Amino acid sequence: MSDPLERLLLSGDAAVARAALDCGVHLGVGYPGTPSTEILEDFSRLGGKAEWAPNEKVALEVGIGAAFGGAAALVTMKHVGLNVAADPLFTVAYTGVPGALVIVSADDPGMHSSQNEQDNRNFAKAAGVPMLEPSDSQEAYDLTREAFRLSHTHQIPVLLRMTTRTCHSQTVLRRAAPIRITEPDVYQRDIKSRVMIPGYARPAHRRLRAKLAAIEQEFNASELNYVVEGDRALGIIASGVSYMHAREAAPEASFLKLTTTHPLPVALARKFAAGVERCIALEEGDPYLVENLRAHGIPVEGKDEAYRFGELNVGLVRGILANAPAPEPAPPKGRPPQLCAGCPHRTVFATLARQNCIVTGDIGCYTLGVLPPFEAMDSCVCMGASIGVGLGLRHVLPPDEARRVVSVIGDSTFVHSGITGLVEMAYNPPPTGHLVLIVDNGTTAMTGFQEHPGTGKILDHSPSSKLSFEDLVKSIGITRVHVIDPTEDMRAFSDLVKECLDSGELAVVIARRPCLLAERKQTATERAAASKSCTP
Amino acid sequence: MHTMKPVTNVIIAGVGGQGVVKASDILTEAVFRAGFDVKKSEIHGMSQRGGSVASDIRFGEQVLSPMVPPGEADFILVMSEDEAQAVESQLKEGGTLLTPESLPGYIDEDADEDEDEETRLRLRCMNVALLGGLSTLLDIPDSCWREALCANLPKRAWEFNEKVFQLGRELVDK
Ligand SMILES: Cc1ncc(C[n+]2csc(CCOP(=O)(O)OP(=O)(O)O)c2C)c(N)n1
Ligand code: SF4
Repeated sequence: MSDPLERLLLSGDAAVARAALDCGVHLGVGYPGTPSTEILEDFSRLGGKAEWAPNEKVALEVGIGAAFGGAAALVTMKHVGLNVAADPLFTVAYTGVPGALVIVSADDPGMHSSQNEQDNRNFAKAAGVPMLEPSDSQEAYDLTREAFRLSHTHQIPVLLRMTTRTCHSQTVLRRAAPIRITEPDVYQRDIKSRVMIPGYARPAHRRLRAKLAAIEQEFNASELNYVVEGDRALGIIASGVSYMHAREAAPEASFLKLTTTHPLPVALARKFAAGVERCIALEEGDPYLVENLRAHGIPVEGKDEAYRFGELNVGLVRGILANAPAPEPAPPKGRPPQLCAGCPHRTVFATLARQNCIVTGDIGCYTLGVLPPFEAMDSCVCMGASIGVGLGLRHVLPPDEARRVVSVIGDSTFVHSGITGLVEMAYNPPPTGHLVLIVDNGTTAMTGFQEHPGTGKILDHSPSSKLSFEDLVKSIGITRVHVIDPTEDMRAFSDLVKECLDSGELAVVIARRPCLLAERKQTATERAAASKSCTP
Repeated sequence: MHTMKPVTNVIIAGVGGQGVVKASDILTEAVFRAGFDVKKSEIHGMSQRGGSVASDIRFGEQVLSPMVPPGEADFILVMSEDEAQAVESQLKEGGTLLTPESLPGYIDEDADEDEDEETRLRLRCMNVALLGGLSTLLDIPDSCWREALCANLPKRAWEFNEKVFQLGRELVDK
């Protein structure tokens, strides 16, 4: 093992992976999503056991089971993934875990690669789960370990909130000596804690609130939250990367560095606010700190509403401190992204544009079908929504309009949350029928080419059972199922789409052609692996 | 009492596929090996699809924010002229902008990149040539640059990249 005190330069994601390894995490499970994806990829590369689940809900459930078995489980996802996993989250807060369970929520203020910029600090409060927030890679490393300790000590799931900046910035860190938090052993039955029928859930809710009260006391005295003494004229309360921006923007001020976003160390914050002339809570996104501190009667200033949008930086923090109006958002600079030249999605959207379809879209590389030259997408809400939204339109539009509606969904997205939509389609078929186009490029391209159940390979690219979309669709009760390579003969593809739309039946077309970049990457790795195996 | 030692701010910009991230990895590693505190931040969500990419590298005794504050870049490197416009406003007064035009003679104007292998390779390694140019403006030991290049490039590419790095050093028009 390398020297634990060695100086390392790591991204926040890599730091979380390293920490998970250094505190004996038994299982890492998640679903890809920028900016969280690299955590499990790195954990696997370092030798940890890591897997991609079909979606975030399943990932969290697997993590819960592992932690019920006494293991330390790490579950990773992007912010919107926590919406999908919210159902198990809110109740595992009640059950607690005998092992340790840490859930990483990687938020994306500014929406660098997301469909919204929801602030998941609100989830910690709503679900009643402790949340820690690192502001650089050293803290990401330290707080991952601390989150596991906290989870095991208080038998409670813990959220670690990262943001795009903390996930993807590389900063210097030093590791600490490896430890083991918990070990799975013979199953310890605990029906009243883990079977949430109302009679058992009522006391479980009370137990949760008592745990949170104890944790709040701990956080008030903990070194995780600390005061940096400065000029008493200005006191700033901040957490995450906002703390770094603020220290730089106002080096002379006093600071309360908050690491425990939930429960908030209310007594500590009250004392800090009372000791400074002007106290301001400096935060990115929603006014979470301001509202929650004020609810406890702590007089803190917030920021103007115009600063709610996007990421903060040193310049914007200076603006907030000076009560200056927020600058107009800068128009997007540089070149917008595009589908790669030769991307198989191109022919699909060229065809749909030509046939003047109403396209309910979904999330992935293929969302770029909305941009010129195609402009062949009419909606994109969340993963899986293409099918339900398409069905809704089909049900209400006049028949001639309804017949133009097509749902387009990627292969990874289909497995993630498209299957239940297809069941709905077979169960409540619209009068004009419907067409679902699965654009199957054999990878999760958007987030960097991860495997999924449809590729027949697991996270480290080794083989596993392969989900057959054709068989699945037929078993749901949809008989018109076609598999076609859209690039081989564009005319044939176009004719097939038209035929399905004209049939007035339920149809699924699987447009199967590998992603160009994924194929290239695969041959490169195979070549590298082959050359490696030649050397003794 | 609260004065901070100055931090050096560098932005490297281009579009996906031009080696922006590679160049910023090399620079970051070089300053890391030279013993500085360093933070590097970039957004690479859609870069695979040819969108714009920019990477912020900040180093000094202690670095706080990972992002270069607006208008405070000491150095900006852009991989092609047409990307310069998008980031120029980030340059502070008296800062230095390095573009392919800052390396006169690096590319033979009369050569055809489809015909001439040397020109094609030099274009592909523009990121490392520009780093060579930047290296004359920073106080980082040669050994750190060399180690950073080797750590971030496959062995078969070392020789050519060391060559273009040196070319960048010699040709740069400060
Ligand atoms: C709930 C949720 N989880 C994760 C993501 C991140 N994400 C965006 S698209 C996508 C999948 C893309 O794969 P696929 O559907 O196969 O399309 P491709 O990019 O390959 O064209 C993922 C994981 C998200 N937007 N929402
Ligand atoms: S990465 Fe693959 S799926 Fe995405 S645009 Fe390029 S070729 Fe298409």
